[in-house]
Amino acid sequence: MKTFKLASVSALGLAAATSMAGTAQAEDLTLCWAAWDPANALVELSKEFEAQSGHTMNFEFIPWPNFADRMLNELNSGGNLCDLLIGDSQWIGGGAENGHYVKLNDFFDAEGISMDDFAPATVYAYSTWPKGTPNYYALPAMGDANGWFYRKDWFTDPDIMAAFKEATGRDLAEPKTQKELLETAQFFQEREIDGKTVYGASIFTERGSEGITMGVTSALYPWGFKYENTPGSYDMEGAVNSPEAVEALEFYKEFYQTATPPGYTNSYMGESLDAFKSGQVAMAMNWFAFFPGLYADPATGGDKIDFFVNPPQNQAGSTLGGQGISVVSYSDKQDAALEYIKWFANPDVQAKWWELGGYSAHNSVLNDPGFKDSAPFAGDFLEAMGAVQDFWQEPAYAELLLAMQKRVHDYVVADQGTAQEALDKLIEDWTEVFEDEGKL
Amino acid sequence: MTDTPAARAAQATPPNVARKIKGLSDRAIAWIFVGPTIFLLLAINIFPLIWTIRLSFTNFKANRINREPEWVGLRNYERILTDSDIWLNMQATAHFLFWTIFFQVLIGFTLAYLINKKFKGNDLWTTIIVLPMMLSPAVVGNFWKFLYQPQIGLFNYIVAFFTGKDPSSFEMLGSVDLAPWSIVIVDTWMWTPFVMLICLAGLRSIPDYIYEAAEVDRASKLRQFFTITIPMVLPFLMLAVLFRGIENFKMFDLVVQLTGGGPGSTTELTSINLKREAFEKWRTGYASAYAIILFVTVFGLASIYVKALNKVKER
Amino acid sequence: MSSFSVTEPSNRSKWFAGTLVILYALITMIPLAWIMLTGFKSPSDAISYPPKVVFEPTLEGYVNLFTTRTRQTQEYLDANPPETWYEEIVREYDMVIAGPSKFGERFLNSVIIGFGSTFLSIFLGTLAAYAFSRFKIPLADDLLFFILSTRMMPPIAVAIPIFLMYRQLGLSDTHLGMILLYTAVNISLAVWLLKGFIDEIPREYEEAALIDGYTRFQAFYKVVLPQAATGIASTAIFCLIFAWNEYAFAVLLTSGTAQTAPPFIPTIIGVGGLDWPAVAAGATIFLLPVMIFTILLRKHLLRGITFGAVRK
Repeated sequence: MKTFKLASVSALGLAAATSMAGTAQAEDLTLCWAAWDPANALVELSKEFEAQSGHTMNFEFIPWPNFADRMLNELNSGGNLCDLLIGDSQWIGGGAENGHYVKLNDFFDAEGISMDDFAPATVYAYSTWPKGTPNYYALPAMGDANGWFYRKDWFTDPDIMAAFKEATGRDLAEPKTQKELLETAQFFQEREIDGKTVYGASIFTERGSEGITMGVTSALYPWGFKYENTPGSYDMEGAVNSPEAVEALEFYKEFYQTATPPGYTNSYMGESLDAFKSGQVAMAMNWFAFFPGLYADPATGGDKIDFFVNPPQNQAGSTLGGQGISVVSYSDKQDAALEYIKWFANPDVQAKWWELGGYSAHNSVLNDPGFKDSAPFAGDFLEAMGAVQDFWQEPAYAELLLAMQKRVHDYVVADQGTAQEALDKLIEDWTEVFEDEGKL
Repeated sequence: MTDTPAARAAQATPPNVARKIKGLSDRAIAWIFVGPTIFLLLAINIFPLIWTIRLSFTNFKANRINREPEWVGLRNYERILTDSDIWLNMQATAHFLFWTIFFQVLIGFTLAYLINKKFKGNDLWTTIIVLPMMLSPAVVGNFWKFLYQPQIGLFNYIVAFFTGKDPSSFEMLGSVDLAPWSIVIVDTWMWTPFVMLICLAGLRSIPDYIYEAAEVDRASKLRQFFTITIPMVLPFLMLAVLFRGIENFKMFDLVVQLTGGGPGSTTELTSINLKREAFEKWRTGYASAYAIILFVTVFGLASIYVKALNKVKER
Repeated sequence: MSSFSVTEPSNRSKWFAGTLVILYALITMIPLAWIMLTGFKSPSDAISYPPKVVFEPTLEGYVNLFTTRTRQTQEYLDANPPETWYEEIVREYDMVIAGPSKFGERFLNSVIIGFGSTFLSIFLGTLAAYAFSRFKIPLADDLLFFILSTRMMPPIAVAIPIFLMYRQLGLSDTHLGMILLYTAVNISLAVWLLKGFIDEIPREYEEAALIDGYTRFQAFYKVVLPQAATGIASTAIFCLIFAWNEYAFAVLLTSGTAQTAPPFIPTIIGVGGLDWPAVAAGATIFLLPVMIFTILLRKHLLRGITFGAVRK
């Protein structure tokens, strides 16, 4: 069995041990994160921290559809379930302004941790509030973006390749634009392969948390979508509902209607993986975080799979995922929690993190000449992170997100109204939120 | 202190019972016995209700601890009542309420009527029918989601077996037309037994001699059914409808697990919408006003209904 | 009753009624049977299409329910051969068991909160019901109706101020907080049901005891309580089932320490998507006690449902 993962990992990281200062007492730390493949890797990684520091690590992993709900509820109720939280990038505004997260500047200064050592896009997205200022509330823990993967065995099948050439006049290959992506997916839709009916691609359509917004923005950004005409001004008219945005939204709906498997009306990460692993689809969108696991999958991984970055249209653009690690201000074990962050920021630990399947944001890992070839998706990852955009990170992000979930789902899945109307209404909703916030 | 229920209780206690033998007086006992319950209800039901009313006039947000809430008067109420999306949620709720009650009464009464034939083993089969309503709606609802999956779920295959349709040609939870019915089906599956049990109690409360008298008068079975059975069971049936109505107005767990309100907002019942406002958007003041409106609605409708029910009973 | 009685249905109509009812019962059992079957499927059998009715049973779902697993290298797997049958199941996926899952904790929370709140509701409810029954309270009906009407509030509406209150008092995500909350919800029904049962006990018994020199307390627990035991037991089952099944408050007011099983079970995931066999296994373990309870105690339970409802 081929696994690209850890091999000589256990020998590593001892170097990190030496820098740990002796601690007063052993604590029971709880780290909260989403339940997914990288979280299991983090458990593995953290064993080393336990051995060095004497602290015990507990983990509370919550499935993605409930993650934001549960964790924001926990923070807002002032709970101390979590000492450390790997929270989603959009929470940083609320975490900072409402005092849920401990500000880390002094700690970074004292321990000599420099944010210049991390990829700028990740520092900007995961750590700073207000955006872009040197006020840090998290350490970039996991870089991530929305990307694509496909059945390489189908894409290289001579019969399928010939049929594709005949149908489209192009060679079957990784799509270079969004429109090629759709065309390719439509080609596979309801095609007979190995005696089974297969479908084009599985995309995000989930209603409850953030799914469909993350999917739609993967089309919006390449079309040149902007949240505001001028950053920081909250003037959205003409930006959010620009002709390009309307076209992109219509594109996503066409994609949903003509190139996705039946029943995928409320699907997010898990469903997308299921569709792919059960052999139902030729392509699927998902976060890079899952790619190590997909590559290792015995049924559809290995040489049957390959990966590509979200294709550009008018410009390059990928939807940002990923998280920073923060210390929860309600925790009474903050010192031990900070110790964990200090250990985690160590370049050796970061290197091991990447080997185990976590996406390090540390420059020493990303800029390593061997990085690109260390995994079949590593190069795609770097490319994606070069053109990522994130959703609003405002303290009111949840309200903004839920409004978009509703408007977009109503239009794309429930087939109500037009794209123009959906985006116009979205501006109304968002304006109302910003008025309530006193920002408009 | 003299106007508490316990004190009133003690005062109203008849002398023969109230006589003190030894130990605590009856008045003190009434205090001690009722006190904790009243206190708990005041603390966890009444005080929060009053607090909710107060919050409903503010723009308070529970996730913004540092921000001073402002009084906004009736603005929250105005916003809710003029919001067309909320009216759509109300419509979805009304659809759900009407059809669940319709099917549950129809099937529930029929089952009770059949069970009342007292065939052998009716007791055991009644218990088996009752099982769904005893189970956790969240856990069961979650599993129904699995049953409804067009590719891998059982439901579509069973429908396909009887209708000859292609099982993956329709999506119970995903299509705008079918999703409202998918939640009606699960709720009916779960709660028909409740209506059935109440109807059964009604049927069993009818004394045999009434039928015997009708038989003497040579009334046909059909006539007996419409002149005796239905009128005698009606108060019970109406009661069952009241309970199901109140419960389904509050419906949350089952539907959240099944559709989460989707697709779009087609099954977004008021409770789900309220949860989004209160615990996802954290618009606490706004959500409080919403909660009060729902409470007044259900309380008002229930009161009118109870008046009608009492009229039926008096007849 | 003789078979000639006009109210006794004919054999043919009995047979007809019986067939229809049994048919309905069987249909109604399909989803429950499917849950239990799915618990013994492998993940790939669970999501195969068309659905499999015949399959090779495995305990994989149950193993996955109780453990967390991590993927390991081939070297590691070769160096550490599996020692137990459950390790072997996990090894098929190149994984090793990393530790127990949270399911045990969540199940235990359900037990603690369920029994804690049931005990408290019955304790307080019996006392209040006795007072309401014996002391002829003016406006008692209004008061009782008021107690009951608090159940009309949607739980989400109640949860808003409770959330704020618990945050202030530090009761969020604690067993005590949930026990108090469930008790407050249950107590109205408990008082209502128990008052009915105590009403049925003749007053003469206690009065005789009082004359014999018992205090009111003694009369209460030596005379009234034993008489009301059946009623108390069936009320307790209702309270327990409510607390056991409750979802809305649990999902809003608990996040980890005091989270019960209902919000947890739907979120059991495996590698990638939902792990349906594990979800089904968890559901089976969670639902089975209630099903067994219902069948064993059907006489009291069914009476309790109609009694509680019809009296209102």
